[in-house]
Amino acid sequence: MAERREGLFGRAEEVLSLFRRGAEFTQELLKENERLRRQVLDYQSQQLAASSSTEWEKLRQDLLTRIHSLEGERDDMLERLRQIEGENQHFAERYLEIEEENNNLASLYVASFQLHSTLDLSEVVQIVVEIVINLIGAEVFAIYILDERTGVLSPVASEGRPVSDFAACELGKGLVGASVATGETQCGDASAPEDPTSPIVCVPLRVQERPIGAIAIHKLLQQKDGFTALDHELFTLLAGHAATAVFAARLYSQSERKLNTIQGFIDLLTK
Amino acid sequence: MARHRILIVEDSPTMRQLLVFALKRLKEVEIVEAQDGMDGLRKVSSDHFDLALIDINMPVMDGLKLISLIRGEDNLRSMPIIVITTEGANEDRERALALGANEYLTKPIQANRVLRVAQSLLKAE
Repeated sequence: MAERREGLFGRAEEVLSLFRRGAEFTQELLKENERLRRQVLDYQSQQLAASSSTEWEKLRQDLLTRIHSLEGERDDMLERLRQIEGENQHFAERYLEIEEENNNLASLYVASFQLHSTLDLSEVVQIVVEIVINLIGAEVFAIYILDERTGVLSPVASEGRPVSDFAACELGKGLVGASVATGETQCGDASAPEDPTSPIVCVPLRVQERPIGAIAIHKLLQQKDGFTALDHELFTLLAGHAATAVFAARLYSQSERKLNTIQGFIDLLTK
Repeated sequence: MARHRILIVEDSPTMRQLLVFALKRLKEVEIVEAQDGMDGLRKVSSDHFDLALIDINMPVMDGLKLISLIRGEDNLRSMPIIVITTEGANEDRERALALGANEYLTKPIQANRVLRVAQSLLKAE
C-alpha cells in the first residue's frame, strides 16, 4: 500500500514536473514570439524607411532635373528676349531711317514737281527761289542765268539782298563762273561769315554738258547749322532739274515769240 | 466724311504742296489751302477747322496779323495753330506764341516733324 502510494506520488511529481516544464516552455515560446514580433516590426520599419528614402531621392532627382530644365528654358527665354530687344532696336533704327528717307523723297518729289509745273521762265525762277528758301534753308542767295552769246552769268533773282548786290561774272572766271564751267558743285564751310563776293555753295545748272546758270548761296538761315544729306540731294536735283526747267521755259518762250511772229506774218499776208 | 479739317495758310505753292504731302498721312483728314493771310481769314471765318498751319511772311496779310484776328474771335480761340516760318529768332517765336500760336516750327521743315506736331495738337483738342 505504501509502495502504491509512493508510486502515485512519484507519478504525480512527474506530471507536475511535466506541467512545470510545459509552462516554462510556453513562457519561453511567448518570449520568443514577442522577440520575433519585435524583430518583424523592426524589419518592417527599416524596410519602410529604406523605401521612403529611395522615393525621396527619386523625387529629389526629378525636381533637380526639372530645375535644370527650367533654368535652361529661362536662359533660352532670356537669350530670345535679348534677340528680340536687338531686333526691336534694329527695327526702330530702320523705321527712323525710312522716315528720314520718306521725308527726303517728299521734299525731292515736291521740288521736282514744282520745277516742271510751268513753262514760264519767271515762275521757274520763283520756284527755284522757294525751294532754296523753304527746303534748303538759305537766307542770302542769288540765281544766275547764262547769256550764251556773251558768256556772262547774270543774277536774275535773289533773296536776302537786292539783285544789284550780286555781280555778274564770266563763264569760267571766279567761283561761280568756274563752277558752272566745270559742272562741279562748290560746297564750302556753312558756318563761314557772309561774303558777298564768295558764296558758301555754288550749284551749277547744266543740261547735260550745256551750262545754263547757277545758284550761289551766301548765307543760311540762323537756325540751320550746316548741310544735310537732303541738301546735297537737293543740290543735285536743282543742278539737273532746275536747269532743264529753265532751258525748257526759255525754248518755250522763244518758240512762242517765233510762232507769234509767223502768225502775224501769215495774218498780214492773208488779210 | 473727314474726321479732321486742316487749313494751310502759306503763299509758297512749294511749301503748301510739301505740307499737304506731310499731313495726308493723317487718316480721314481734309486739307484746305489758302495762299495769303486774307484768304486764310476768309476760309477760317466761314468754315470749321480743327487745326491751322500759318506762315508768317505772306503778302496781303501776314501770319501774325492773321493769328491775332483768329484769337480775337470767340469761336476760334481754341483752334490749335502751328506757325511755320523762316524766322528763327527767339523774339519772333515768343511774339507768335504770345499772340496765341500753339507751336512754332522753323524752315526748312521736315515732313515728319510737322506730322508729329499736328497729330499731338489734334489729339489734345
